[in-house]
Amino acid sequence: MPAQKPEHEHTHQAVPSELALRTKALESLLVEKGLVDPAALDALVDAYENKIGPRNGARVVARAWVDPAFKARLIEDGGAAIAELGYAGAQGEHMVVVENSATVHNLVVCTLCSCYPWPVLGLPPVWYKSAAYRSRAVIDPRGVLAEFGLQLAEDVEVRVWDSTAEIRYLVLPERPAGTEHMTEEELAALVTRDAMIGVAKARAPEGAGR
Amino acid sequence: MNGIHDLGGMHGMGAICPEKNEPVFHEPWEGRVYAINRALAVWGKWNIDASRHGIERLPPADYLRMSYYEKWLARVVALLMEHGLITQEELASGRPAPGSPKLTPPLTGAAAAALAANRGNYMRPEAKAKARFKPGDRVRTRKLNPVGHTRLPRYARGREGVIARAHGIFVFPDSNAHFEGEQPQHLYSVRFAARELWGEQAPPRDSVYLDLWDSYLERA
Repeated sequence: MPAQKPEHEHTHQAVPSELALRTKALESLLVEKGLVDPAALDALVDAYENKIGPRNGARVVARAWVDPAFKARLIEDGGAAIAELGYAGAQGEHMVVVENSATVHNLVVCTLCSCYPWPVLGLPPVWYKSAAYRSRAVIDPRGVLAEFGLQLAEDVEVRVWDSTAEIRYLVLPERPAGTEHMTEEELAALVTRDAMIGVAKARAPEGAGR
Repeated sequence: MNGIHDLGGMHGMGAICPEKNEPVFHEPWEGRVYAINRALAVWGKWNIDASRHGIERLPPADYLRMSYYEKWLARVVALLMEHGLITQEELASGRPAPGSPKLTPPLTGAAAAALAANRGNYMRPEAKAKARFKPGDRVRTRKLNPVGHTRLPRYARGREGVIARAHGIFVFPDSNAHFEGEQPQHLYSVRFAARELWGEQAPPRDSVYLDLWDSYLERA
């Protein structure tokens, strides 16, 4: 699982791209006209780069794994249970949590745009917003999962959730075997962003036979 | 609108290419474009549905060619001009028109940190409309082809499904996107068998769930 802090390993272009220049020109104009406060832009970028991301969702999942009463509340009213852990906000106002099991596998997509539960997963990765994923997830979910390395047995029922309204979906992955001794914090480290979108399972613990 | 954004079920879009250790923003300008979109929304000149429609209205070839935040940049410039917040001349010159008043941004730096955690609300329970359907009811989606914004994808029109869950009363995007009122109405989670949507080649027990407004549905 990557750390939530962005990695600035990629080389910045020596000459700003045309898009960087256009953005800079627009921001200057908006600031001069008093339409935006640059400090507000800084705060928003900082929030999504450093505070709001899939570690939040992982903590929700780990709590559900260790606390059956919390899990029951999470399935009953996702938003209220998630707010118990302090996560709420834009694009997480109406949360529904769908549970994976040995017989049911859930997968989340937004075929029409890029709807995604920001407070628990942060901003979506490029592949989630890509034409390839959005076009195929509904017509060929098993093919998509196979591309992510997840082969599902024929008797597992696949449920795809197309986020067409303001309801946002979070997949509750299955708790991996061999994790009975683990703490909530250790469990959270096994929960990846991809597992909460439904294109992967939660990671097996270190040393577990695969 | 039957636009290029309505991608569900299309073929030929290539392989899915996940990026290892992907940063939230690939370049600083992407973060600025994201934040400009969020900060300008606070003026209340447009709503989330109009904002989504702003991206759908991009020419199809541009939609497929542009990166995600490039589309957000094009969208916000279009909305700024349509709502009279900037002019073409100002955009070209990069300077406010002579004599134009300096405004006070509604979102300050201190408030922006909280904005990320602020809850919006698209529910309108005060509308108190009676739900036409309940979980278990069989419904059919209408064959609608509106030229404006809609959240009923082409692949799910004229299809039969079952109400899985009633979500309550929500703002209707098809009217709200065009500033024609919120027309609050019930929203339902509807389960469609994969075979109903895609035919016999689909696995028999698989399904697709969509969240659909009352106006999209009729009793089956």
